[in-house]
Amino acid sequence: MEKTYGTAASPGIVRARAFFYERVVPVSGRPFSGAEAELARFLAARDEAVGQLLGLRDKASVEIGEEEAAIFEIGAMMLQDEDYAACVEEAVRDRSLAAERAVAEASESFSAQLAASGDAYLSARAADVKDASARVVGILCGGRTAPEPDGPVVLVADDLLPSETVSMDRSLLLGIATSGGSPNAHTAILARSMGIPAVVCLGPAAGRSAHGRDVVLDGDNGVLVLDPDAAEAGAADSRAAEAAARKASLQSLRGLENRTRGGRLVDVFANAGSQADVEAALANDAGGIGLLRSEFLYLEKDRYPTEEELFSSYRAAAESMAGRKVVIRTLDVGADKSAPYLGLAAEENPALGLRAVRLCLSRPALFNTQLRAILRASAYGTVAIMFPMIATVRDVEECLRALDGARAELQAEGVSFDPCLETGIMIETPAAALVAADLASLVDFFSVGTNDLAQYTLAADRQNAAVRSYYDQGHPAVMRLIGMAARAAKDAGLWIGVCGELAADASRTAELLAMGVDELSVSPSSVLALRARIRELD
Amino acid sequence: MKSFDYVMTAPEGIHSRPAGALVKKAQEFESEILVSFGGKSANARKLFALMKLGVKRGDTVSVTAEGADEELASSAMADFLASHF
Repeated sequence: MEKTYGTAASPGIVRARAFFYERVVPVSGRPFSGAEAELARFLAARDEAVGQLLGLRDKASVEIGEEEAAIFEIGAMMLQDEDYAACVEEAVRDRSLAAERAVAEASESFSAQLAASGDAYLSARAADVKDASARVVGILCGGRTAPEPDGPVVLVADDLLPSETVSMDRSLLLGIATSGGSPNAHTAILARSMGIPAVVCLGPAAGRSAHGRDVVLDGDNGVLVLDPDAAEAGAADSRAAEAAARKASLQSLRGLENRTRGGRLVDVFANAGSQADVEAALANDAGGIGLLRSEFLYLEKDRYPTEEELFSSYRAAAESMAGRKVVIRTLDVGADKSAPYLGLAAEENPALGLRAVRLCLSRPALFNTQLRAILRASAYGTVAIMFPMIATVRDVEECLRALDGARAELQAEGVSFDPCLETGIMIETPAAALVAADLASLVDFFSVGTNDLAQYTLAADRQNAAVRSYYDQGHPAVMRLIGMAARAAKDAGLWIGVCGELAADASRTAELLAMGVDELSVSPSSVLALRARIRELD
Repeated sequence: MKSFDYVMTAPEGIHSRPAGALVKKAQEFESEILVSFGGKSANARKLFALMKLGVKRGDTVSVTAEGADEELASSAMADFLASHF
C-alpha cells in the first residue's frame, strides 16, 4: 500500500482501477515535403480538428452545459481564423517548416498574445488556443486520441486538457488524479461539475507506474492510495456507499423550498472563499452567498491586489449567482493571518489586535480600493457589503463614511453601482451583540459570525487544542448573545443571518429559527443537508 | 462606405464567446467590415483581432462596412450589436 497526499480538487471518494493516460507527443523531426504539400496537410488536419471540436461542442452541450460547450466552438473558430492560417502559411512558405511545427509555432504565438493582454478573461483563452492547436498537431502526427479505458477507472495523468476530459466516455470516468494541475484548473472545475472526485498536485505517484493498479481516490482529503490493503479498501467502499446514499437522498431536495412544516421560509446560503466555492454553491442549489470572504484575494499574493483584480473577482461571483444575493465581506486579516507585503507588526495578542475593519479603517487607501471594487461589482448582480469585527457604534459610522466617500468618487467618475446596495455588519464580538440595538439603526442587516463570537465570549482560542473543551459554539452564553442580536434586528426591521459553523449544526437549527434568524449560511456541501433539516422542523 | 458608432453595454465587452458570434455574423456579408477602437482596427471576420482590441463595457467602437452589400451589412451589424453587446 502506498499513500500520497496531493491537493483536493473535487470532493468524493472512489475505489477503482487506475488508468494512466499519456498525450501523444508530436514527432518534431518530420522532414519538410514542400510548401504546397505541407499546406494541404495543414488544411486537411485543421478541417478534421474543426469537425472534432464541433462534435465535442454538441457532446458537451448535452452532458455538461452551454458554457463548457462554447469553449469548443471558440476553439474551432480560432483554428479557422484567417490570421492564424496566415501565420501557419508564413512559417511553411518562408521558413520551410513542416505543418506540425508551423502549427505549434502559431499556437505559441497566438496564446502568448492573449496571455500578454493583461485581461484575466482573455489570458485564460490562451489555453483554448493551445488545446485546439494540439488537436491539429495530433492529427498531423498520426492521431491524438482521447483516453479509452475498457471499464470504469480513475484517470491518472500528468495534467488533462479540457477536451480530453470531455471526450472520454463519462460513464467510465470515476475520478481524476493528476501529478500537476491546480485546484482552480479547468479539469478540477469540470470534475466538480461532473460530481466526481479529483486530486491534483500528486507528483510522481500519479504516473505511469499507477496504471492498472487498484487505487482509492479521496477527493475530500486530497489522498491517492495505490494498492490499498483490505482495511483501507473496505473503509473507502463503505464511505463511498454512504456518500452515494446521502447524495441521492439530498439531490432529491434540489429545487425545493427551505420551508418548515409550519410554513416558515428560511434562506439557506453558502459561504465562499473563492470562485470555485461560488460554483459549488450553485451546484448545491444555495439561495445566495451569505459570506464571500475577501482574504483569498490578498493572502495568495505578494503585492496588493489592484481595484481591477478585486472588481473582476467580485463581479464574477455576482454574475455567477445571477441575481441571487452575494454578501461580500471586507478584508478580515490580522497579525496571525497576513501576507508579508501588508507589513503588519507582530502582536502579542492578534485576536484582540489591529485586525479586520480596525486595520482597514487605519489604512484608508486599502479600504477605499475594496469599497470601490465592491460597489462597482454591485452593478452586475445583487450585492451586499458586510463589515467584520465591529465592536462599537463608531466602527460602523466610520465604515459607512468611507463607503459614502467611495460612492461619491464613483458617482463623480460616472461609474455605475447599485444605489440600493445593502450594508450590514458581522456580530462576532460580545460588545456588538450587547449594543446591537444601537447598531441596528445604522445598517440593513446583521450576520452572526459564531466562530469568533464563541472564542471571544468564552475566552477560548479556537486554535488552541488545550482549551478545546471550552470552545463550544452552542454554549448558553453564545446562544443568549445571538438571541439579543436577533431581537434587536427584529425590533429595527432588519434581517439577520448566521454564517459561522453553528449555522450548519442541525441540533441548533430549531433554536436559531425560534430566535428569528432569517438566513443560515453554510459551506456549499452542507446546503442540502440543512434544507433537509429545516423541512423536518415544525 | 457606411459607418456608425456603438457603445458597448455587454458586461464582458468583446470576449471570445460574443466575439465568435460577431465573426459569424460578419461572415454573412460580402462587404469588408471593420471594427475600430482605441486607434486600432480589426476585420470583423477575424476572431483574434477582435479579441485583441480589448473592448470593454462603456467603450465606443466605430464600425464601417464597405462593399457591394454595405447598406445591408451596416444595418445588420448595428442590429446585431444592439441585441448582443
